[in-house]
Amino acid sequence: MSYLPYALAVWIFVVGIYGVVSSRNFVHLVVCLTVTQSSTYVLLLAIGYTNGGTAPIFADVPQTSKAVDPVVQALTLTDVVVSVTVAALLLALAIQVQKRRGTMNPDELRELRG
Amino acid sequence: MDALVPLPVAIPLIAAAALTATGHFLEKRVDDLTAIAASAATLVISLLLVFHAADHRLAYWMGGWKPRHGLAIGVSFTVDPVGAGFAALAAALMTAALVFSWRYFDEVGTLFHVLMLAFLAGMCGFALSGDLFNMFVWFELMGAAAYALTGYRVEETSPLQGAINFAVTNTLGAYCVLIGIALLYGRTGALNLAQIGQTLAGRSPDGLVVVALTLVVCGFLVKGAIVPFHFWLADAHAVAPTPVCVLFSGAMVELGLYGVARVYWTAFAGVPGAHDGGLRDILLGLGVLTAVLGCVMCFLQRHIKRLLAYSTISHAGLMLIGIALLRPDGVAGSALIVIAHGLVKGGLFLCVGILLNALSTVDELRLRGRGRALWPVGVLFTLGALALAAPAPLGLFLGKSLVEGSAAHHSYGWVAPLVTAVTIVSAGAVLRVAGRVFLGLGAAEDPLLSPEPDEEHEVAQDPERSGVLMLLPTAALILAGVGMGLVPGIEHHVKHAAETFTDRQSYVATVLNGANEHTAVDSLSLLTLHASSVAWSLASLVGSVLLALLALYRERLVGRAARDRAYALVGGGLDALRAVHSGVIGDYVAWLTFGVAALGGLLALVLT
Amino acid sequence: MTRRGRLALFAVSAAGLSALLLWAVAGLPDFGHFQGRYGATLNKVAVSERHATNVVTAIVFDYRGIDTLGEEFILFTSVIGVALLLRETRDETGRIHDAVRSDALRLVGIAFAAVLFTIGLYVVAHGPITPGGGFQGGVVLAGAFTLVYLAGDYRAYRGLTPQPALDFVEGAGAGGYAVIGIVSMLLGSAYLHNFGPFGTPGTLASAGTISMLNLATALEVTAAFVLLFTEFLEDLQLTREQSA
Repeated sequence: MSYLPYALAVWIFVVGIYGVVSSRNFVHLVVCLTVTQSSTYVLLLAIGYTNGGTAPIFADVPQTSKAVDPVVQALTLTDVVVSVTVAALLLALAIQVQKRRGTMNPDELRELRG
Repeated sequence: MDALVPLPVAIPLIAAAALTATGHFLEKRVDDLTAIAASAATLVISLLLVFHAADHRLAYWMGGWKPRHGLAIGVSFTVDPVGAGFAALAAALMTAALVFSWRYFDEVGTLFHVLMLAFLAGMCGFALSGDLFNMFVWFELMGAAAYALTGYRVEETSPLQGAINFAVTNTLGAYCVLIGIALLYGRTGALNLAQIGQTLAGRSPDGLVVVALTLVVCGFLVKGAIVPFHFWLADAHAVAPTPVCVLFSGAMVELGLYGVARVYWTAFAGVPGAHDGGLRDILLGLGVLTAVLGCVMCFLQRHIKRLLAYSTISHAGLMLIGIALLRPDGVAGSALIVIAHGLVKGGLFLCVGILLNALSTVDELRLRGRGRALWPVGVLFTLGALALAAPAPLGLFLGKSLVEGSAAHHSYGWVAPLVTAVTIVSAGAVLRVAGRVFLGLGAAEDPLLSPEPDEEHEVAQDPERSGVLMLLPTAALILAGVGMGLVPGIEHHVKHAAETFTDRQSYVATVLNGANEHTAVDSLSLLTLHASSVAWSLASLVGSVLLALLALYRERLVGRAARDRAYALVGGGLDALRAVHSGVIGDYVAWLTFGVAALGGLLALVLT
Repeated sequence: MTRRGRLALFAVSAAGLSALLLWAVAGLPDFGHFQGRYGATLNKVAVSERHATNVVTAIVFDYRGIDTLGEEFILFTSVIGVALLLRETRDETGRIHDAVRSDALRLVGIAFAAVLFTIGLYVVAHGPITPGGGFQGGVVLAGAFTLVYLAGDYRAYRGLTPQPALDFVEGAGAGGYAVIGIVSMLLGSAYLHNFGPFGTPGTLASAGTISMLNLATALEVTAAFVLLFTEFLEDLQLTREQSA
């Protein structure tokens, strides 16, 4: 049973990449990349979880109470920002492709090859 | 002196932020000057760090958080000559590229310079960092700047396609690294490379360790353009502005391979079985595959930037071969190849930039003979091509001879002839370009070369450009690359640096226990020439010149029947190879997945 | 490769990859039983050492502050990158064109924007104490500006967010973070060392440079997201104008 959160992260990772491989629309592709990214959040946060632990914020709970691992939370924060930035850049590129070529289908961009 | 450590990252970042904040109020040339000044300052500081760290590794703890009872709680920048050397190489190439770009990118205000400075900071941070997640952060910073710079020419579709292919594949590589980091954290509770290494050492690797190694290595190999993760590189180089290509080929790809080596020698070298032949053979196989595929594809190009890109892929394969030997002298050889190749390839790209600016094309066949007027560029370009062919003692010779020697010493005798063959093909291609463009040799048509969309202008409005400011950095890079092996003592110092790089125990001691051991390095001797290396290098030189001439004049030299037979033999294979490089992102990601799964499977077989 | 070929290659690879990943996560400690020394140590000492009750913020801005410097600049760089990619090229000119005409909507929108702005400031200021911080609050603040556009008109939105001011704030926020680190060096310690004043844990003026870096980040994130949104909006206006 305790295996399940990790297996979930694996599933999301693979499904996200499937979305990227089979995508017919750039916006869909970017969202699938974001889905793949979110598998890393699930994995990180699942790893850091402690049974019965509260958030690592001691403003109103005593300092000695059991808390989950704060390091993975910090890593996830950084992760989220990275995901946003990549998505922004890719969407900007997608918009330009739509303007220049009138298509949003990755398979139709065939100018660079060989 | 230790206080210099954060500066190669802090200076470019502060300069980038300052340029953005004041961009609207600045006078015309201030952004060029600021960027060049910041980049030059970073270069000087990185070189100082190379010398300062030459006899003892530096562990600089950010925020002052030194380890407690052997537990690392902060982020360290662990500086050794190899890491600092990479930062210096990146800064040197950036300075040359920025001088070349003087007034080039005026149309976008400060945007170009800010992105380049951020790119430099990312590269320096990646090279100096001693913490795995921190390396990931700088990896992403490099990426963000690079994706935007690749797509610079938004009026056409191919730059956009190149940028998208680059961004999607490298981002997936970064996600693989991240999963690897999460797995390692789950096992070791640490993000510091030394700490991870200490916890993993001595314990037989299980599924988690094998897969974490696979994921981290694959993520960095995507950046390092190793087959089958290499598809993005030719696309990105074909469309990015030439000053940006200088950095891609000269430093960014090599940093991917540096990442693999660094993580291996700090985190995984202590794992039982990780130092055995199995892992070595797998990495060697990847290196060989990349080197061969790169040089073949290189020869089939007529778009000069794409040709140089495949040449970079081929050399990345050679660098991986050096690392794959898993010995200090192999690492030393790779490091020397990185430096020489970076400088020479950077110079070659700048030559192409001058050609593009003057003649509005980068197609080898369309440029036939038109380069005669630009003969200084021709001289430099040919010198660069010869440096790639590596006749002793110039150019890439020193690095190649160390790798060949290390391989032969450990019974991989087939490496030397293979490296020579690869060099002949890739250097031959560049020499062919030199001959056709600057001397007008060869036929006007060549059906063997892939048709490619050409490039006419790098920037929308070509300003009046100073020839001197374009030629000077080009000459500097090419001459530095050619003469690199002649620097007194360089072979000894790089070998010593490689010894430090591969010594996991002393790394842990410096980082976690604050040890401060000094090892003396004293030598100004010139490089040693072994007879076999000289022989191989002569073979490369002669072979590449002959191959170039054969390619240019094959219609006259070889009979029609022989040519048809040769084509019947290999034509199908070459066409299939070309078809695989389809430019479609879905294909690239499918190959990436395949690569990760295959590498993971192979590593599972040899390590457990 | 044909689409079929690609999917077949992927299917085989994905099967292998899934198997490897599931094998890997089987080696992780049981869910809920993680015992990392790193996290446990920081949970114990962060409050007393840095007078910050939010340990995650203490890690983000102090123990691992250099990571956040990089992350901040990743955001900074991508926004500059988007500005580069969506820039107006020679063959494009555009005019602004609004759809909202209702005054009631405008009034309510502006009022809510003010509330949202205050909430954003609250989230930023309480970073070291309770859940929140520069990144989170910065996004809320950017949302307040966006609300001005949504409920009001584009002219008002652009009036509130002049390009030079946004660039200045973004550069100042990002550069400010890096410069605070240099100040620590000038004071004789390592880069990004927290030089205080530490105050009392749980109050607004506590945790030393954590609060300062928090503020710098908030400025940068707000400006970055407003810039990002503006870039995409401008592009939308251009497209609408061209097809109109």
